[in-house]
Amino acid sequence: MCMNSNKFKKAGIILLFLTGLIGKVSVFAQAVVETKPVIDTGSTAWLIVASCFVLMMTIPGLAFFYGGLVRTKNMLNILMQCFIMVAVITLQWVMFGYSLSFGSCKGALAPYIGGFDWAFLKGIGINDVSPYFISQSTGRIPHLVFILFQCMFAVITPALIIGAFAERIKFSGFLLFSILWATIVYDPIAHWVWSTDGWLAKLGALDFAGGTVVHINAGIAAIVTAVVLGKRKNYYPGAGIPPHNIPFVVLGAALLWIGWIGFNAGSGLAADGLAGSAFLATHVAAAAASVTWVILDYIFNKKPTVIGIATASVAGLVAITPASGFVDVFGALMIGIGVSLLCFYMVGFVKPKLGYDDSLDAFGVHGMGGIWGALATGLFASPLIQNYKGLFYGDASQFVKQIIAVVVTILYSGIMTWILFKLTDKLVGIRASDKEESIGLDLSEHKEVAYTNVD
Amino acid sequence: MKKIEAIIRRSQFEEVKNALHEAEIDFFTYWDVTGIGNEKAGSIFRAKVYETRFIQRRVISFVCRDHLTESAINAIIKSGRTGELGDGKIFISDIQESIRIRTGERGPESLFIKD
Repeated sequence: MCMNSNKFKKAGIILLFLTGLIGKVSVFAQAVVETKPVIDTGSTAWLIVASCFVLMMTIPGLAFFYGGLVRTKNMLNILMQCFIMVAVITLQWVMFGYSLSFGSCKGALAPYIGGFDWAFLKGIGINDVSPYFISQSTGRIPHLVFILFQCMFAVITPALIIGAFAERIKFSGFLLFSILWATIVYDPIAHWVWSTDGWLAKLGALDFAGGTVVHINAGIAAIVTAVVLGKRKNYYPGAGIPPHNIPFVVLGAALLWIGWIGFNAGSGLAADGLAGSAFLATHVAAAAASVTWVILDYIFNKKPTVIGIATASVAGLVAITPASGFVDVFGALMIGIGVSLLCFYMVGFVKPKLGYDDSLDAFGVHGMGGIWGALATGLFASPLIQNYKGLFYGDASQFVKQIIAVVVTILYSGIMTWILFKLTDKLVGIRASDKEESIGLDLSEHKEVAYTNVD
Repeated sequence: MKKIEAIIRRSQFEEVKNALHEAEIDFFTYWDVTGIGNEKAGSIFRAKVYETRFIQRRVISFVCRDHLTESAINAIIKSGRTGELGDGKIFISDIQESIRIRTGERGPESLFIKD
């Protein structure tokens, strides 16, 4: 999938040397310039815009999606958690997160972690070309733009977990846990799946825009944190706690849908046919998931619900994420329909039975949607898009590779999240007190109220 | 028939509701109110603390039959108390008459549903 630009530099130097020997420098010098990786302004412009789109997914997209789903007294707490994630994880990313994820280290650890070579983005110049590229034969965008684009992914992943422990977590505990989680869970998994040296990348597991790295990872962390933290006060499985502002939920879901186009179509790292194809697949899957959910709502609840369609669009987008650069419209349609069936069943029937309190269904939507998407990539990957064949196009081994990637991510994320959550609990405490929870986290953690009565 | 009106903390609402349910009070009206009192509630906006005397509480109001009055009052006191200043008050008054609109029943008959 990715190659290092050094090879091209070396090839260029050798060519230059040969041309000098032959003595036709002027003729060949032209050829040398053309084979060198060149920054493509079109692709760069698209990736800068796509990075902004992905930032928009976290704030305000996810912030309002989650914020609308909680009660009035916890609204600000959710907005604050999303906002602080953007700020803190960005700093973590430029300090050492990027290096741990996408850098390389020597020796036996190379397939598992990135090392500290690029800590504080040391030695990365403004005209350096990204060592990572997918659809083009060489890097076409500046390295710094690639770092920014990936930064937004690192930001949104821990922010997704907020949905699981909303309304009952201490802010200090949340902050410490998220920083630890980003460093010890997100960065290594990103390295395994996306880095040149990563062992899952070498195995051939496909993950176009973050099905395993972002969604399964965050979804599994969500179920673990929800179970460890326990239920909210006055939460009765099946009854639920009503959302305080459904228009905010719709606003957030709409911003997520729009932002997701940057998320998926940007992941080809170029403005080309693959970006367009990923856009189409993403859009179609979200639409298919929305329509399927509305039909299910008609069948089981007699009425199509607004929260239903908002949830479904997000579920569809989650599921298409790993597959968006590998499937055609048919695959996208199947993935979208499948994810709504699965998530509707999870959220509507399994969750009330099991009785865990995943406040805003971070596991039901991101975890289950991510698992379905990653497996479906192994089913529907079409050779017409990129050179990968899924099970339905005659390559069963791709499906096996997807299963391995999913199982490994679930195990690693699950175990490490549990350890980090317990550790945070020991260090600063993680659960808000009964009183703080009753008063609401806005007032008890931030000393503000969302809808103030001060004239 | 007595009318019970209680001003309670919003944070105790769930507890009070459950306690009243156990005391056989299944119907009541409530609304959020803002009042002025001695307690100061601080709020921070842009790094400045604003002390306000606007205090947020919830009022619960219901009419019940005489023999349920004491247990309802006890339920509110027990579930609404945190021990700190500002736990609220309960007011009780007599009700002259009560009529169920649907059936025209009068008096205590109109306050509960017969099995």
